[in-house]
Amino acid sequence: MATDAALHDEDVQSGEAWGGGKEPFKASYGKLMMWYFLVSDAFTFAGFLIAYGSMRFSMPTWPVPDFVFSTAPFGLHGAPLIFVTFMTFVLIISSVTMVRAVQEGHRENKRGVIFWMFLTILGGATFLGSQAWEWTTLIAGEGVSVTQNPFSNHFEEGTYLSGADLKKAGFVEKEIHHEDAHGHGHDAGHGDEAHGDDHTHKANTHYYLEPGAADIPENRFFSKIDHYGKEFAGESFDVETPYLITYHHDHGSYEYGAYKSNVDGQIRKEIQGPKAFGALFFFITGFHGFHVLSGVAFLLIILINVASGLYEKRKNGYEMVEKIGLYWHFVDLVWVFVFLVFYLL
Amino acid sequence: MGLSYEESKKLVVKGLILLGIITLVEVAIALLGNGHIIEGMIWPKWVMYPLMIGFSLYKAYFIVYEFMHMKYEVKGLAMSVILPTLLLVWAIIAFFHEGNSYKERRELILEKNRKEIGYVAPPEILTKEIQMI
Repeated sequence: MATDAALHDEDVQSGEAWGGGKEPFKASYGKLMMWYFLVSDAFTFAGFLIAYGSMRFSMPTWPVPDFVFSTAPFGLHGAPLIFVTFMTFVLIISSVTMVRAVQEGHRENKRGVIFWMFLTILGGATFLGSQAWEWTTLIAGEGVSVTQNPFSNHFEEGTYLSGADLKKAGFVEKEIHHEDAHGHGHDAGHGDEAHGDDHTHKANTHYYLEPGAADIPENRFFSKIDHYGKEFAGESFDVETPYLITYHHDHGSYEYGAYKSNVDGQIRKEIQGPKAFGALFFFITGFHGFHVLSGVAFLLIILINVASGLYEKRKNGYEMVEKIGLYWHFVDLVWVFVFLVFYLL
Repeated sequence: MGLSYEESKKLVVKGLILLGIITLVEVAIALLGNGHIIEGMIWPKWVMYPLMIGFSLYKAYFIVYEFMHMKYEVKGLAMSVILPTLLLVWAIIAFFHEGNSYKERRELILEKNRKEIGYVAPPEILTKEIQMI
């Protein structure tokens, strides 16, 4: 084939291959167009991932993945990246079984194609199930959504506090007037974070729990401390000190939160992380998951066609299996970069 | 097909082992470098990031060239797919630069607020970012 290709290249050079009636790229129309579809799809994904990168560059803090993704099924906690590594392996293995299906197709071995395609579909379904679990954990367990992100930076281990816990620890509920709390608008429309935080650093300001905040059951108070040093962390404070926990239930955002450190037992506070993180995470992994889902659907359709003997009659080495194989490998390829960008870096 | 059936079967096993090991190495770098395995050992980002990016690019190369058979396609096909993606190099540089500029401007405004009207932002915001490369 290597020499074939070289000879063929000469044809292309001389222009004869482009005279019509031949396939200059030695690939069928369908396969070639699958490649070009994948190129366009690669640009779509690249656009999303670059958006993630530039948002991350624009933020003073960003969640650290090995602390965001540190939960695994069967009650495993504090297992950073373990579950997502498992997911990656599932995709790699299903990619490998897909290669085997294509190879058996070239040999016109129908039973082989069915067997390996079936395994590939199982892999895809396993991946989707894992992703469903991961999303559920993040949304219901960790409180990440498209509009909020409690993960600010690099965290030490801590226990979330309920409003009742905070009350017990000496926080005082007090009505805070909106004008008092958000009186300054000097940040010229920039720096969303700055807005509404000024009150916490004015001299002689006392800090309180907003009224009613403790009574809302889904109200948890997040706060974490930086793992690198204590620079990013909110200040720690005495239990007796009244402290402001800004909480905007209607806007769906927590400005500050509190948690109790598992290390020294202190209660600490920290500002919420960038909201863009949740939106980008769910959008990009969701878009990839949608590719996996549609890939599984197409694999199923083609598996049924293989079983019915449709491609056997075509005598073209199961080209349709090869085309869906290209798509399936592309899904794996995208995951390589999603894995890199969201979980590793 | 450029390879015999037996050769390509071997390639599949090789691919599985290769991709698996590279993934494990990447995760190991992330965990070691962030001090999860050996307490207190933290690698600088400029060591971790290029390693991870390099390994991922190699994985991408392997998937495209071996699993997707790009190696055995006509050169013109390969180039018509790969050359356009080089446009992304500039997209990455331009947009990351722009993102970084947002941050600098935000810090500038906070600094001006501090000097001119005495507004002090919470420490979380003023702290310089140390996570990025």
